[in-house]
Amino acid sequence: MSVLLDRQTKVIVQGITGHQGQFHANAMRAFGTQVVGGVTPGKGGTEIDGFPVFGSVREAVDATAATASTIFVPAPYAKDAAVEAIEAGIRLLAIITERVPVHDCLDLMPYARAKGCTIIGPNCPGIATAGEAKMGIMPNHLFKPGRVGLISRSGTLTYEIVNELTMAGVGQSTCIGIGGDPIIGTNMVEALDLFDRDPDTDAVVLVGEIGGTAEEEAAAKAKTMRKKVVAYVAGRTAPPGKKMGHAGAIVLRGRGTAESKQRAFEAAGVRVAAYPREVPTLLRGA
Amino acid sequence: MKLLEYQGKAVLAQYGIPVPRGTLVTAGASLSGLVFPAVLKAQVLSGGRGKAGGIRIVNSVAEAQAAYDAILGLTIGGYRVKQVYAEARLDIAQEIYLSFTIDRSARAPLLMASATGGIEVESLPESGMFTAHVPPSLGVMPYLFRAMRSKLGLPKEVSVQVEAIAAKAYELFRKEDAELVEINPLAVLKDGRVVAGDAKVTIDDSALYRQPEHEGVDQDWTPLETEAHEKGITFLQLDGDIGVIANGAGLTMATLDVLGLKGGRGGTFLDLGGTDDPEKVRQAFHLLLKAAPRVVLMNIFGGITKCDTVAHGVRQAMEDQPTTVPVVARIKGVNEAEAKRILRDAGMHPADTLEEAAELAVKLRGSP
Repeated sequence: MSVLLDRQTKVIVQGITGHQGQFHANAMRAFGTQVVGGVTPGKGGTEIDGFPVFGSVREAVDATAATASTIFVPAPYAKDAAVEAIEAGIRLLAIITERVPVHDCLDLMPYARAKGCTIIGPNCPGIATAGEAKMGIMPNHLFKPGRVGLISRSGTLTYEIVNELTMAGVGQSTCIGIGGDPIIGTNMVEALDLFDRDPDTDAVVLVGEIGGTAEEEAAAKAKTMRKKVVAYVAGRTAPPGKKMGHAGAIVLRGRGTAESKQRAFEAAGVRVAAYPREVPTLLRGA
Repeated sequence: MKLLEYQGKAVLAQYGIPVPRGTLVTAGASLSGLVFPAVLKAQVLSGGRGKAGGIRIVNSVAEAQAAYDAILGLTIGGYRVKQVYAEARLDIAQEIYLSFTIDRSARAPLLMASATGGIEVESLPESGMFTAHVPPSLGVMPYLFRAMRSKLGLPKEVSVQVEAIAAKAYELFRKEDAELVEINPLAVLKDGRVVAGDAKVTIDDSALYRQPEHEGVDQDWTPLETEAHEKGITFLQLDGDIGVIANGAGLTMATLDVLGLKGGRGGTFLDLGGTDDPEKVRQAFHLLLKAAPRVVLMNIFGGITKCDTVAHGVRQAMEDQPTTVPVVARIKGVNEAEAKRILRDAGMHPADTLEEAAELAVKLRGSP
């Protein structure tokens, strides 16, 4: 099934009656995802674009047997929505919402883990298994089914690289946009591990950026893998101390630089593309 | 949102952490009320204040006046000193380091403490540093403090105070949505009291909606960055001369990087984000032109953001305010053909790939 998500997965959308939720529920359905309904508190019993709307995640799960949820609710309510989903038995949660307070994520992530729920995000484009299903906001037309997995901290840069792969004839298994925040539900090492164990994935592309040490840790993990891993790191020209758009993309006290990440990757035998366009070439190279 | 020292100390005091008595010196008149010896401290967000002459000990009103005038004129780490804070000089016997930060890898708050503080944390010897993760659902448990006590080796009457301060700092860290609470030095005075000698507090920008008292603190931003912040546009000024605008933080960074590899230097980081509003694009483009770039390099990968939406906004901006600055546009994705037509008609230079666009931008800039 590639990783985490396939065409069998029953997905709900929390915040389905909002502008974003409605638009992307439709796009997810068009992609092939089994979107079995949505949740908006206070709007249970209604319908939107053919999706049944439930007043709570519990009601949605009871009625549809959904096991996955995509969260589009505004940031102040994201933690509440996530806990509600976890308590209702949701096992895969993509939190698309940006600007979720970091202390909410500090509370949420260990809790989700203890309950056996995998969270992707927040502040992420979601997850897509090419030709099968997607949760989130990645554009539908980019993907081509294949055997390369992709892990990225970014949104549009991911699309750029998926596009390069598809143009070069390199198909994808699953693309996971892990999110650009400091505290995220699934980090690079964990995502690499999923791909390492996936029989449908032969190689992995890591799209990193400055800030933190996720890439350095991913490099150490890649060294233990038999599957080929190649990387791209954004932010080589970013000045220290400046937050480059993502909450997590900041070089602090000399830590988290692109050079450090590139060095770690190269030391682990992971080749690093200078240009997004080079990624397919590196995948093909010996 | 970084707080200045005096603001950070006010928050520490709210949580019951002892801080020296201090006052913000805004005019010469208030200097006469100081108790001497006193210390005058430049209030800027960058480090290295001492080395830059931004911290001075004074023994009289005349000295205070001279120091105040000298400090106010300083530029430290690129930022002009606008405020000076005066405190009674502390009689320090020992300097301790104490902080709470967020450890991304462990997904937990991180407590760090050292019996030798007063210098930048990265210069502190790692062997003397006590570090421990705090489970967010449990908070700082007593065993952590027992472990800290044995590591730091402080006398009991000091460690009791340090632990009480650490407990309060953690409460502050959680309740105020802080990303960083650093007390360095945490000063042990000759009379045995332990007080916060400095305070670095950073509040999570994403939590300001529930921490309104920290909103609007002066940041180390340029006037244009401040304007962008007010308009909700993600924008940074960099030291190059090519204005870079793209959609998405990662793609904007990658655009700057490719430009760098092609021999150019980005003068702006402008992330349009996901938008379907040409008006927002128009505003962003105006802001970009205010940064006076020699060339504009635009890189749009349309998905959620439609390419033609961006093109309409840019054309509108250029009609409002005709400019001679060349614009190189690489635009790809949903409604790409229409967008390219609009941009070409408006006199822009379309490019198919990011590398091509970056090369063209560098060429159009000419020699520096």
